[in-house]
Amino acid sequence: MLFRPNPSSGVPIYLQLMEQVKHGIETGALRPGEQLPGIRPLAEELVINPNTVAKAYRELEHEGVIELRQGAGAFVAGNAGAKKLTENIRAGQAVVAEAIERLRARGVTDQEIRRLFEAELAGLNKRGDHRG
Amino acid sequence: MAETTVIETADLRKRYGDTEAVRGLTLQVPGGSIFGFLGRNGAGKTTTIKLLLGMARPSGGDARVFNLPASSGPSSVAIRRRTGFVSEDKDLYDFMTVEEMIRFTAPLYPKWRKDLEERYLRKFELRPSQTVKSLSRGMRTKLALLLALCRGADLLILDEPTSGLDPAMTEEVLQALVVHVASEQMTVFFSSHQIAEVEQIADHVAIIDHGRSVVAGALDDLRERYRRIQLVFDADAPAWTFTSPGVQRIRRKGRVLTLISSAGSEHVANEARALHPVSIDVTPLSLKDIFLETVVSED
Repeated sequence: MLFRPNPSSGVPIYLQLMEQVKHGIETGALRPGEQLPGIRPLAEELVINPNTVAKAYRELEHEGVIELRQGAGAFVAGNAGAKKLTENIRAGQAVVAEAIERLRARGVTDQEIRRLFEAELAGLNKRGDHRG
Repeated sequence: MAETTVIETADLRKRYGDTEAVRGLTLQVPGGSIFGFLGRNGAGKTTTIKLLLGMARPSGGDARVFNLPASSGPSSVAIRRRTGFVSEDKDLYDFMTVEEMIRFTAPLYPKWRKDLEERYLRKFELRPSQTVKSLSRGMRTKLALLLALCRGADLLILDEPTSGLDPAMTEEVLQALVVHVASEQMTVFFSSHQIAEVEQIADHVAIIDHGRSVVAGALDDLRERYRRIQLVFDADAPAWTFTSPGVQRIRRKGRVLTLISSAGSEHVANEARALHPVSIDVTPLSLKDIFLETVVSED
């Protein structure tokens, strides 16, 4: 279910993995309670550093997306967390979709939109000092 | 394994005649990492490895492996006992068979792992009866790797392990390394000029250029820190000297000013805003970008 991250995209591989897991949950490809592949087999399958997989799992656990059970492996967190995440993402999707729609209507190209998002996330706007 | 430092060099130097191959190299390789040692051909990678293994004497500075000085005879023997090494030439005896090569090597290492030997023979599809001489380049690499992986070493030093291998073979070698590190407690230090493979399996990197380390750190950290910031003006770009931390280089071309920052974009962007550019674009840098920006510019 998890596919190979792109090492040369400039985005850290552990972040790409985290996104994949979240996306899997969001689309229902991964269900609450379902087991994720172990660190070793996943590192082997994707041919990436096992420390990178471990880091992605640790961060996902920290965000409440998955649970790491001693000796048993990684599992998608129970309903509550996943549902909240899904709701947030759905809400976010709607906001983003609308913004994109409006920008396109003004003749801004997709590539320009992408760069605008990048710039905004990189903290170029004075508003909001979120992480990035 | 705790966060110990397995390899540490400080201002390491090596002079051959009137060329200085290593010119003040400072490195720190954390235990349990896969460390990619990246540089162009002739940047000083192989010389550094020789210094670490006590195969060459430094002309200055200090190199320690397992906290033992690499330049002293007795401690370099101790270092080599705990280290698996694959040279770029994959030193093997051509007249032996695969089986003979293994039986010849195994008794030299008390911690030889028979279980791994059998696993890698199968995985690498090495035929015991085949002569080393008749092995393809890829199979030769695999045999050399098998010999290094099976000796129960704490550290693996590989000099250009995938040079001359086709992409499928490269992938197999990288996979073997990844799996090995995941199952055994060990550190891998490998040199390469292939950015893609370093990016794929390393968690720490150092970029060496002209015998000096120009970039070093955790790969994720570098990816998060390095940014290209492009400013476009409605007239010629101003000749502004940026004082924000992390500004690596500034290029002006007509109305466009491009900066490379190693400390994120926030400070630079704030400073840039005072110049009233028409637009500010920020893009992340891949390892390849970082390599090209830091290495080529030093010429």
